[in-house]
Amino acid sequence: MPSSLSILRLAVLKPSFAALALLLVFASPAAAQLSFKPTAEAVQEEKLLNALKEGDKITGRVSIPDGSAANLIQPAGRDWRDFQRSKLPWIGGIAILGMLAVLAIFLMVRGRIRVHQGFSGKTMLRFASFERFTHWLTASCFIILALSGLNVSFGRTLILPLFGPDAFATMSAWAKLAHNYLAFPFMLGLAIMFVIWIKDNIPGKLDWEWLKQGGGLLSDDKHPPAKRFNAGQKGIFWIVIIGGVLMSVSGWFLLFPYLPGDVTALQFWTVIHAVIAMLFIAAMLAHIYIGSIGMEGAFDAMGSGEVDLNWAKEHHALWVEEQQAKGGVAADTPPRAVPAE
Amino acid sequence: MARVKFLCDADRCIECNACVTACKNEHEVPWGINRRRVVTINDGKPGERSVSMACMHCTDAPCAAVCPVSCFYTTADGVVLHSKDLCIGCGYCFYACPFGAPQYPKVGNFGSRGKMDKCTYCAGGPEADSTPAEYAKYGANRLAEGKLPICAEMCSTKSLLAGDGAIIAEIYKERVMKRGYGSGMWGWKTAYSDSPTG
Ligand code: HEM
Ligand code: SF4
Ligand code: SF4
Repeated sequence: MPSSLSILRLAVLKPSFAALALLLVFASPAAAQLSFKPTAEAVQEEKLLNALKEGDKITGRVSIPDGSAANLIQPAGRDWRDFQRSKLPWIGGIAILGMLAVLAIFLMVRGRIRVHQGFSGKTMLRFASFERFTHWLTASCFIILALSGLNVSFGRTLILPLFGPDAFATMSAWAKLAHNYLAFPFMLGLAIMFVIWIKDNIPGKLDWEWLKQGGGLLSDDKHPPAKRFNAGQKGIFWIVIIGGVLMSVSGWFLLFPYLPGDVTALQFWTVIHAVIAMLFIAAMLAHIYIGSIGMEGAFDAMGSGEVDLNWAKEHHALWVEEQQAKGGVAADTPPRAVPAE
Repeated sequence: MARVKFLCDADRCIECNACVTACKNEHEVPWGINRRRVVTINDGKPGERSVSMACMHCTDAPCAAVCPVSCFYTTADGVVLHSKDLCIGCGYCFYACPFGAPQYPKVGNFGSRGKMDKCTYCAGGPEADSTPAEYAKYGANRLAEGKLPICAEMCSTKSLLAGDGAIIAEIYKERVMKRGYGSGMWGWKTAYSDSPTG
């Protein structure tokens, strides 16, 4: 009867097993205190990642003398990549191509803004040589900054396939040098512009009137009166000053990357620099348009500096009066003789 | 072909910095540049962990995506390399990299940071394998000689693993199973979207 024997044995053994188990249960708190659990408080990557707020990073301590090396993981790099490669092309595309489309439509619908009275043949000085120098210093730097900057943003997509990697990299290296150094004359020009033109660009009641009448953009013969600068030009002035300062501050940090120090700050400043750049370039396209093909007689102001008297009277009637009162300009002349019929 | 990766088992890292030193020595990395570093989290507190970090050779690498001159390429083994001949030193890869891997030889006055340098997985660069030209720009090409990266090869606790991503992930998981804990596959989620093979 081996089976009954084993049952008997089991019956005897069972309680003793139970006793042993009971002993273990009682002893276990002590065992837990004694055993070393290296993982109890250990940092967990997953927990750290999940606890991160937007723009945060997992950082620690490094023994090498490079503080930025202490950033272990900065997931925000992916957001910046997304901005650079997905968002910026849309922002830039809409701002720049959109502006070109608007200007083209405006030219087709409205045509050039003519001097209604025709050219008088008499001219008056609008911008002195130093003013013109400052304008062109800033403008030429701006154009090169814009082209070399756009090359950083979109050259890889638009120009690289045409040039091939080597020629494109060489060109980009030169463009980068140009961008980095022409930033300084640009900032100088910006500062001078601010000083010499601020007094004529303070917004006033007249500007409100001008804006309400749509600046006379829609008709050749009706122009709301304006002093030296009308509301539109004042707008351009402030876009240039504010935009230029934002570009300069953000660009300065990119130029001297150890100033903001932290990669998060650098990401922030590149986003500011790139977004403002796109808007700024779009605004300047409108400015270039109206100063050249958009309006008859306008380019002379910054070309020779001398504008036609009739142009000046139509667009800046109050300024012409001011200048005449000062005696700087020949007094009013009768309207241009109309050839006898 | 295998998709090679790095994996740092932080529960084994003793912060000896030998990987950092070996890397500098192997490639004669210039002063001021560290292709690899050891970061200690919660330093001095209970449960502190050290992680050896370098370029993770990401899948769909952010650095490559943002480089304005597109000078990065991924080898058949999944190693992310770049051409110093094409690099214009703009710093964009550093902004995008989740691991702070790209390094620059100059402090950065006037944006002239110099050519970017980073961990090559001991795989050199675009130049012909194991040539002096390749060595001068990118350091040794151990992969071409059939060897793994020096940092992982000499890690005394075998905390830092290099090799086929699927295999090192398996080794790590076995370790975690056996000892019952693990602080995670640092950087994997960010670099490879958590996929052990991707
Ligand atoms: C106002 C005219 C300017 C325009 C239109 C312009 C435009 C741009 C654009 C579009 C980018 C590329 C942004 C990107 O894709 O993320 C860029 C990059 C950059 N800009 Fe400008 N920028 C101007 C002025 C400046 C100034 C004044 C500075 C310096 C003080 C500057 C310094 C930089 C730097 C350092 C970069 C990074 C790329 C590189 O190193 O070349 N920029 N700029
Ligand atoms: S770790 Fe940084 S440098 Fe390396 S592949 Fe990823 S993004 Fe590029
Ligand atoms: S620093 Fe060099 S590698 Fe990095 S994004 Fe700029 S050009 Fe490309």
